[in-house]
Amino acid sequence: MRIALLGLGSVGRGIVRTILAKDLDITVTGLADSRSGIIDAGGIDLLAALARKEEGGPCGRPDVSPADVVAKAEYDVLVEVTPTNVETAEPALGHMRAALRRHKHVVTSNKGPIAIAYPELRALAAANGVFLKYEATVCGAIPLIHAIQEGLAGNTISRLSGVFNGTCNYILTRMAAEGLTYEQALAEARELGYAEADPTYDVEGIDAAIKLVILANTVLDMHATLDDVERTGITLLTPDALQLAEDQDCTIRLIGEIIPGAGVLRVSPRIIPKAHPLVVEGTLNAVTVEADLAGDLTFIGKGAGSIETASAVIGDLLAIRERHVQGS
Amino acid sequence: MKLEMKDRPGQLVAALKPISAVGGNIIAVIHQRETPAATETLDVQIVLELPEGRLDNLLELLREQGVSVVRIGEERLLYECTLIMIGHLMHTDLSDTVDSIDRTGSAEVTGLSLVMPAINAPSSARITIRSTTRTEMAKAIRILRGVAERKSLLIIEPLEGA
Ligand SMILES: NC(=O)c1ccc[n+]([C@@H]2O[C@H](COP(=O)([O-])OP(=O)(O)OC[C@H]3O[C@@H](n4cnc5c(N)ncnc54)[C@H](OP(=O)(O)O)[C@@H]3O)[C@@H](O)[C@H]2O)c1
Repeated sequence: MRIALLGLGSVGRGIVRTILAKDLDITVTGLADSRSGIIDAGGIDLLAALARKEEGGPCGRPDVSPADVVAKAEYDVLVEVTPTNVETAEPALGHMRAALRRHKHVVTSNKGPIAIAYPELRALAAANGVFLKYEATVCGAIPLIHAIQEGLAGNTISRLSGVFNGTCNYILTRMAAEGLTYEQALAEARELGYAEADPTYDVEGIDAAIKLVILANTVLDMHATLDDVERTGITLLTPDALQLAEDQDCTIRLIGEIIPGAGVLRVSPRIIPKAHPLVVEGTLNAVTVEADLAGDLTFIGKGAGSIETASAVIGDLLAIRERHVQGS
Repeated sequence: MKLEMKDRPGQLVAALKPISAVGGNIIAVIHQRETPAATETLDVQIVLELPEGRLDNLLELLREQGVSVVRIGEERLLYECTLIMIGHLMHTDLSDTVDSIDRTGSAEVTGLSLVMPAINAPSSARITIRSTTRTEMAKAIRILRGVAERKSLLIIEPLEGA
């Protein structure tokens, strides 16, 4: 299987390292970062590209743009792992459209296009007889979309709730364990690389809300936008509040919740018993799905990380290859 | 309320049917095993939720079924929910916040623990609300949310309801 890879940051490098380390029979024929690109139908030298990137250089030639790679390289699947833009989803959205029109499958970890334009992209994929897969957009390594779409097919989901943001979960875990203030715990998360310089997107619950929108629109038959999510972040939480919860054998976690029947989409800090399965430590993610046939299922795993997120992308790629081969 | 009936098959069903007939909601059925065997009765306690004003109706139906009610429990506020509030609770009139729930008549604040912060810093409090029904609890929480929005307080609700 030949892929074109857009983005060679944390996720992109995880994908490249996995392809190099495991015999997956995946050839990269197109590659681009923000400033450069390479097209090579015979297969790009990935070790050399990684080395250039690690030295701080561009991965390829400055006269080859990401759009060139999308339009001109010979590949079966476009793998789009560039930064999330929640306002316009660009330039990723344009690149995905172009690839789908060329009858190329698309696999992405980028939340923007899926949150904003899923119905359009799905229709475009269907019209061109190709797949659009996005497992990595929600909860990193946890195969939640696969589980709901395939494993739980035929079930009606009455509620879905969980910890969708590792940064917030880390901060709250540290506030509860050490009595830190929000500011202290945030500073610690930054030092460890768990929080961005501007943490707004995580701590205000926007990242979790986007993941709810993706789940609502792609696997729960809802039609939601980011504005439909009732959202409260964790910035106002006090150590006292965590202690008051602790006094009752509870703690506080940022929970994303969807109740499809009632149209509820909500991200907010919630009081939760410490023994509850959604109380996970550190940067872990956890999601409980309440299904009519299967009952309650809780998934726990790494919601981010280079190799962990690559796991979800590789899973999508191999699923496409499997179905493509079977269908042909 | 507590129902006493003959230890005979069918009696429990005879007692339960009228409850749903008047729109009641059975929360728990508890068999009292310590009843002296000699009385040949099975003591059963039924905990239930009843729409306002249906009690007389229910008692009459039960009598028709031959079920005798021994005692009607006084426990009115069956549901409990604990929330945490953060913000300038004192400056925004905490007793008015509490009153907004108590005024409903069907829910009341039964516990409050306030942690006093440093001067001018937001304070945190745990508030326990009890209510007659699940619906009344949802209503009380909605009221509290409204008050919180007006007073710029953060309300942290439990993940699982009442
Ligand atoms: N990191 C995670 O654990 C994780 C988990 C789940 C989902 N995601 C999502 O996956 C995506 C990638 O995340 P990441 O952590 O790998 O990001 P990252 O480390 O910031 O890397 C982004 C990569 O995309 C490249 N890029 C930026 N703009 C581009 C453009 N217009 N065309 C082509 N390439 C462009 C960057 O180029 P330069 O190298 O030249 O800067 C960089 O190589 C994001 O949408 C993120 O939300 C990440």
